[in-house]
Amino acid sequence: MSIIIDEKTRVVVQGITGGEGTFHTQKMQEYGTAVVAGVTPGKGGTTHLDVPVYNSVADAVKKEGANASVIFVPAYFAADAIMEAADAGVKCVVCITEGIPTFDMIKAKFFLKEKDCYLIGPNTPGIISPGKCKIGIMPGHIHTPGTIGIISRSGTLTYEAVDQVSKLEYGQSTAVGIGGDPIVGLKFIELLKLFKEDKDTEAVILIGEIGGTAEEEAAVYIKEEFPKPVVSFIAGQTAPPGRRMGHAGAIIAGGKGTAKEKMKALEDAGVYVAKSPAEIGQKVKEALS
Amino acid sequence: MKIHEYQAKQILNKFDVQIPQGEVTDSASIARDIAEKIGPKVVLKAQIHAGGRGKGGGIKLVGTPEEAEKIAQEMIGMTLVTHQTGPEGKLVKRILVEEALDIARELYIGIVIDRAKEAPVVMASSEGGVEIEKVAAEIPELIFKEYVNPAFGFLPFQARSLAFKLGLEGDSFKQGVKFIMRLYEAFKSTDASLAEINPLLVTEQGNVFALDAKMNFDDNALLRHPDIKEMRDLDEEDPLEAEASKFNLNYIKLDGNVGCMVNGAGLAMATMDIIMHSGGMPANFLDVGGGVSEESVKNAFRILVSDKDVKAALINIFGGIVRCDLVANGIVKAAKELSLDIPMVVRLEGTNAEQGKKILEGSGLSFFPAETMKEAAEKIVPLAKQ
Repeated sequence: MSIIIDEKTRVVVQGITGGEGTFHTQKMQEYGTAVVAGVTPGKGGTTHLDVPVYNSVADAVKKEGANASVIFVPAYFAADAIMEAADAGVKCVVCITEGIPTFDMIKAKFFLKEKDCYLIGPNTPGIISPGKCKIGIMPGHIHTPGTIGIISRSGTLTYEAVDQVSKLEYGQSTAVGIGGDPIVGLKFIELLKLFKEDKDTEAVILIGEIGGTAEEEAAVYIKEEFPKPVVSFIAGQTAPPGRRMGHAGAIIAGGKGTAKEKMKALEDAGVYVAKSPAEIGQKVKEALS
Repeated sequence: MKIHEYQAKQILNKFDVQIPQGEVTDSASIARDIAEKIGPKVVLKAQIHAGGRGKGGGIKLVGTPEEAEKIAQEMIGMTLVTHQTGPEGKLVKRILVEEALDIARELYIGIVIDRAKEAPVVMASSEGGVEIEKVAAEIPELIFKEYVNPAFGFLPFQARSLAFKLGLEGDSFKQGVKFIMRLYEAFKSTDASLAEINPLLVTEQGNVFALDAKMNFDDNALLRHPDIKEMRDLDEEDPLEAEASKFNLNYIKLDGNVGCMVNGAGLAMATMDIIMHSGGMPANFLDVGGGVSEESVKNAFRILVSDKDVKAALINIFGGIVRCDLVANGIVKAAKELSLDIPMVVRLEGTNAEQGKKILEGSGLSFFPAETMKEAAEKIVPLAKQ
């Protein structure tokens, strides 16, 4: 099993005719993802990469039965694209776009409250259930089907964790990048709840970083309600306060959001916390022995 | 993005938020003219991005235009050291000359985005004029908050509620409500990430003014605010960081001596962390981003080695969409063109890592290969100490 996406997922690509959209649609097709439609307003009725292109997500849902969307549209239009997909009835929206203004995301998330729709990202590599479906830009080949769930605020650091886990022959049930922005869709707790119900997920790796309080909130949930072993690494132990470390959301503001606080909260919740990023795989082994 | 106090006040003035009369200048004689116009008593305020200016001698009350000129002369061109500038301080290029107002009360108003609530929050406190983080830590009950509904915006009853809690009465109350409403309008309309008025001044006559003003903006929204983007002052930034930003590289200078170049922000932070765990200290954070090209690798290298503290460089690339062979070509080219002479440890993993390693081995370049992050960190730390 896996969470959110599997072999039944039918994907519509918003912004399919752009450079990024084209490149990653091909990669998703090669991986075996069912890309059933594309959307580029004004190009409806054409085909691109053997996929029918529509003017709106609503059309793609109606004509092709799309139930998930992935967004490659420019930052200033991306929040609107998220709302369009949610309004069309898509159950899962993955927003790859980086650099969306915060106020736009506040609006989009408020819009989503009324909808039955999971948002992943923005500023995420996406989500993958290895061997079944990949929605995003992560390299498919480093993943192997397995029993470890991964939730991460980072991109390449997630690949590092995936690689360590794959090399220890565990594999992943589903790996989700929640995104590096201050305001994102699904966060640690919502995903932990889904992994809790997933029979085939044995343990979860939670990769956090400085900024915000999402890790502390997750720690409270894990302590009270999450029965499976959790391994964690928090990036930014050496990050200076008040500086934005690449991700818009990675900043220690007013002395809050340090790696130390987060690691302590997770340790107190019984999580196996890796101090060094090289120990993530080892900690999984420890947690499962 | 940060701006100066005088720029924040220009923005506030546009939104009809009440500010003291004043003008900015880089000349002592003009400071005297301004004092003659709005004085004779004026306050001279050094314009640097850091806070804590008063204690460092960057804010002075003067009684006459002559005195204004004399003090302005001293202030312009001085290096101001505050607890936020670091020991090297900041050069004062401009001063703001403002009318001196009498002070009955000093309050606090701040607006930020609350990440957990996913909404802006307007905060008010009767304890103005001091560091608000201190108040928040010691007497949190003295900070009042109103969260903004994303659909309806900040509503008048919320502003009234805050003004009542601040103990404003009569005409001050009316002015306070208007002030808070307009301040939120300025925050929202400019895509700000912070608008802080500390102190918010109430005069003996009961008038309300923004005595100090601090605004930061969402970098991701600057394209729709070209007027604000122009307010960026590169002199206030680290020169290497400013240079890096021209090439869309995320670079932050740190205190150590191990330079690092990594793709991806999370992995870059993790690389800094593992250097520390191996007994060294990172000289910088440098994320070359997802779309690494030969050109960006070269620029990244140039900036990395411009930092004279860097004694060795660690390159950690996890190829996803980025191909390691491309990165390897970039490294070879940059090393040759820039004639790099510091020891280098390179770790390539992921897409086309094997091809990348072959390119490096065949290049004649002197470097130390590493298979894992751990090995890379353990190799680089002793090299940096030599």
